[in-house]
Amino acid sequence: MAGENPMEQFAVRPLIEAPLFELGGHPIYFTNQALLMVLVTLLSASFLTLVVKPGRLVPTRSQSVAEISYKFVSDMIHSTTGSDGLRFFPFVFTLFIFVLCCNFFGMIPGGFTVTSQIAVTFALAGLVMLTVIFVGFAKHGIGFLKLFVPHAPWYLLILLIPIEFISFMTRPISLSVRLFANMLAGHTMLAVFAGFVVSLGAAGGLLSGLAIAPLALMVGIFMLELLVAFLQAYVFAVLTCIYLNEALHLHDQH
Amino acid sequence: MELAAAKMIGAGLACFALIGAGIGIGNIFANYLAGALRNPGAAASQTTNLLLGFALCEATGLFGLVVALLILFAF
Repeated sequence: MAGENPMEQFAVRPLIEAPLFELGGHPIYFTNQALLMVLVTLLSASFLTLVVKPGRLVPTRSQSVAEISYKFVSDMIHSTTGSDGLRFFPFVFTLFIFVLCCNFFGMIPGGFTVTSQIAVTFALAGLVMLTVIFVGFAKHGIGFLKLFVPHAPWYLLILLIPIEFISFMTRPISLSVRLFANMLAGHTMLAVFAGFVVSLGAAGGLLSGLAIAPLALMVGIFMLELLVAFLQAYVFAVLTCIYLNEALHLHDQH
Repeated sequence: MELAAAKMIGAGLACFALIGAGIGIGNIFANYLAGALRNPGAAASQTTNLLLGFALCEATGLFGLVVALLILFAF
């Protein structure tokens, strides 16, 4: 156990031996990642809908959680996108709750972090960028391409337009890699320090007492990881709102 | 040089990107604190920008970490 590779925790394993079905020649298995995603969706959806069912005017604590998270995301959209961005509230709220719950479920010992897979985060980021492009072209038509033309004199535009274009194209990459790398780094750190605790503890004698040091460090890092889980979900949602704002109001300053 | 040795050295070198992340994160929080101590009333309105700036800065450093992990485990 002490020599276990810290990257082992990220292995995606099929839970059922036989594949569920074939898609384009590839067998699709029900993996631990799929199980976590199903759990996250079911639990978060059922919690959020069931606690607001009675709809009391003075809310219970659980109802408050749902209402506070609603207001949190609503305020976030309103401050970045203005009131016509509230059309996208279901989209942003779903993204936020999904990323937040996936990050938190990964903190459970023995659990699997869905967002530590680049496939998952890239799918989410790609979805966000496709939405932005679609909304931009739907609202402005071909004029959406004015997004790449900032207010600058013509001799700077020759340099600025390619730069703007490249920075737009790297957005899905940065959005996905930010979330993926944060989750990966945090969990790898936890696994490495856990290995230290086990190695020191197994060494025997004075060194076994020293194992308390990496253990205390792990408690601190665990708290940091909980903060990072929330922060990365928040940043993902905020950046989605900012990109949507750019698609909706091209370069307008309000 | 063997591939495995070169991988290790490459992965170690790629982690130098995290120096920039450390400096950037320290910078943004230092400026926020300096501003917040001068004008405490306006501090709360800038927490969104603070967290956004922190995350963007950390992401750039973590890109370097991802390169290191790519070198170690994907090649």
